[in-house]
Amino acid sequence: MFVHLQGPWNPVWGRLSLQAIPYHNPILVGTFLFAVVIALAAVGAVLYFRAGPYLWREWLTTVDHKKIGVMYCLLGLVMLFRGFADALMIRTQQAIAVGPHSPGYLGALHGYLTPFHIGQVYTAHGLIMVVFAATPLLVGIMNIIVPLQIGARDMAYPYLNALGFWLTAAAAGLVMLSLFVGNFAHGGWYGFLPYFELPYSPGVGVDYWMWAFQLSAVGTTLGSINLIATIVKMRAPGMTWMRMPIFTWASLSTNLIALTSFPVLMVSLALLGLDRYFGTHFYTAGNGGNLMLYNDLFWVWGHPEVYFLILPAFGMMSEIIPTFSEKTLFGYTTMVVASFAIGGVSWGVWLHHFFTMAAEPSVNSFYSVTTMLVGIPTGVKVFNWIFTMYRGRVRFELPMMWAVLALFLLLVGGMSGMMNAFAANDYMWHNGVFVVAHFHMMVLLIAASIFGAVEYWFPKIFGFKLEQRWGKWFFWFMVLGTAWVFVPMFILGFTGMTRRLDYVPYTQWAPYLRVMLVGMAFYVIALVFFFAHLYVSLRDRVKNRVGADPWGTSRNLEWMTHSPVPAYNFAYIPHVHARDEWAWRKENGVASLANESFEDIHMPRNTGVPVLLGALSFVLCFGLIWRIWWLSAASLALVVLVIIVRSFARNTDEVITAKTVAGVEGAVDDALPSAARG
Amino acid sequence: MSSTTDTRIQPGSTVLWDKGDAAGHDILGTRTFGFWLYMLTDAMVYAAFFAAFGVLAHNAGLNSKSVLAAVFNAQGAYRETIALFASVLAYGYAMVALKKGSRSGVAVGTVVALVLGLVFLGMVSGDMERLFGQGIVPQSNGFLSIVFTLIIYHALHIIVGAIWMLVMLAQMGRDGFTSNVVYRLINLRIFWHFQAVIWVFIFVFVYLQGKVI
Repeated sequence: MFVHLQGPWNPVWGRLSLQAIPYHNPILVGTFLFAVVIALAAVGAVLYFRAGPYLWREWLTTVDHKKIGVMYCLLGLVMLFRGFADALMIRTQQAIAVGPHSPGYLGALHGYLTPFHIGQVYTAHGLIMVVFAATPLLVGIMNIIVPLQIGARDMAYPYLNALGFWLTAAAAGLVMLSLFVGNFAHGGWYGFLPYFELPYSPGVGVDYWMWAFQLSAVGTTLGSINLIATIVKMRAPGMTWMRMPIFTWASLSTNLIALTSFPVLMVSLALLGLDRYFGTHFYTAGNGGNLMLYNDLFWVWGHPEVYFLILPAFGMMSEIIPTFSEKTLFGYTTMVVASFAIGGVSWGVWLHHFFTMAAEPSVNSFYSVTTMLVGIPTGVKVFNWIFTMYRGRVRFELPMMWAVLALFLLLVGGMSGMMNAFAANDYMWHNGVFVVAHFHMMVLLIAASIFGAVEYWFPKIFGFKLEQRWGKWFFWFMVLGTAWVFVPMFILGFTGMTRRLDYVPYTQWAPYLRVMLVGMAFYVIALVFFFAHLYVSLRDRVKNRVGADPWGTSRNLEWMTHSPVPAYNFAYIPHVHARDEWAWRKENGVASLANESFEDIHMPRNTGVPVLLGALSFVLCFGLIWRIWWLSAASLALVVLVIIVRSFARNTDEVITAKTVAGVEGAVDDALPSAARG
Repeated sequence: MSSTTDTRIQPGSTVLWDKGDAAGHDILGTRTFGFWLYMLTDAMVYAAFFAAFGVLAHNAGLNSKSVLAAVFNAQGAYRETIALFASVLAYGYAMVALKKGSRSGVAVGTVVALVLGLVFLGMVSGDMERLFGQGIVPQSNGFLSIVFTLIIYHALHIIVGAIWMLVMLAQMGRDGFTSNVVYRLINLRIFWHFQAVIWVFIFVFVYLQGKVI
């Protein structure tokens, strides 16, 4: 039934053998040692502080949307670090390997990475940054904030929420494992057909890429179902559609995109899987296969995915800017309409990813126009933010600084995006670094919004503010790094440099490439400041303790409970009377959280099933990657069994008694906000 | 600009917090709504499959309709259709019984639906075996790859539905009509009807297209 494989295979170990471990590559051995040290330190710390039971009880088995969100963010941060390490390698290689006389190290003819190795590096960089860094960070923040903003005690399906996270974590684990066992795909993060077919890519690299991608797609789809149902079904009384905070609107729009587009990604990858495992002919070059089918299916997901990433970032900016302008958001309704316009148009632009590939001029023109249409709702948003700041009392605290940086990056990225939208232009620089610089502006704007959102909502979740001094150093070195890396990249794009080079043939490009390396050095320094920022904040956490409304000018429901937010979010579900309910209560002098008598609260009980299912999925995919059929079959059977057994569970809820609630409520001091402001 | 609205409030008469109503949300509605969303993702999967069907039918100079006419047995598929639709109908009666609160009615309807679903599966797998025996396999060419993928993916759903029915019979026997059991029965109805709807498309595109058009 299965397709015949080149190379050794046995029924017990599949394709796995000791040769799969890349011990001859000093870079990977170094990385492995680094990972071992980190892992030993982590395990040692857990054992030393006897934190194992605590971690299991409070985090690994949790169904609390805030804790799951925090874990999503931690996962995203770890993978962001990994993706940055990949970027550092690409930039270093391209700064060294310029011209025929450039030196070669570690077995490479030029630079220090062989073509096969750098191919894996840029594939991993792309996949990790999009799917395992940006997505978990955004999903994590939506997970934390959306239920708070709509006055809910948890998500609609807390258990499914945990499952979505653990599937995503398992997928990220697969990508990390590919460093040390086997290798990763080396043909670009979005795959090339028929190059990714078995005859041309016989190794496990493509399988790692495919299964990690597939698993994360399942996780994200489950998450999107959960967020949509939460927003539609769980809003507090009085919260009509047009009173919903704008970040919640953005989340709704973005998850509708995820809900409809990720299944298409699953299909595009599954058909490749059928080709690779069963020898079907979906994307093959012969036998009636069609490789353009892959491009279309992939990018039918791929472009909505871009807006899936950017809409929550816009939502974050729309929350931060009014708070620090001390004004209500300008053009709320147009903001909502623009979010859904972007979500809608996202479905009609995917072909601009391959203007040069076999489409008629009329087809290209259509997709050019639809792509330019995106500029209209985006422009509406930009002007709304500017008019919000106009004549506001603007305070440049850290969240606001990041939001304004995001606004600038959006202008640069958006304008260059409009240039790319012309099919005729794209013929000049298709697969060139101009396009790369453009979309890095866009993803850096997402990153800037995320950093701003973390600064903004951190005190809500953890009860203390992040310090400002090192945070500002971090901010400014990120700005410097961005300018020094991407301005030269735009220039190189105009001079014709193509993306993903392992060797740069023209020595005229060397100065730009070295300037970019300086930019990378700024990023590295920024990383140091980031850790300093984190360390000092944690050290001074008692001093920086805050109350319910640490910024003083916040406007929405999430600030109407204590910081840190108790497990049940709200002792009483608030009644909503206005858009910007918290601002409205402050204006009307009823902004008090004081309650006297409390009631029992029903909450879902923690469960270890999601983490177990995540682990089993990890094993399932590992077995499929190495073609260890018995292992895959066994873990699949276990997955089905665990799901069925869990469906018989009766005691999935628990009660937080009124006494406990009173104890928690009595212990918090909400009088802090004004003192800690500024 | 004032923050939000012009209405001033009278302190004391405005309800600020929701006291005395801790339960709040409608469990059945929330669960079935989420399942609708899941069905939408499955619909997108089928949509992508049918898009691939449309693309691959036009490949390599293949006359897809004559392939379908030569390969697939529309009479057999008609019998499969009857079995599946009868199964959906039986499950529909089970849902009528659920409204009346009749456990035996739900159980009988579900068992009949399960048996008819298995009959459908048997007929489909017999059909597949016949074709594979003749050397007509998904590996033959891109068009047959997608045709078989559609049929087998649909059959996998029927298997999942059959397991689900068994689980529901057990849970109903143990717990009666608790809210968990009821929302799962309702979701199963959505799932089962959806498979019949998808089968209509498969029947039209795969089995009838070669015969009629």
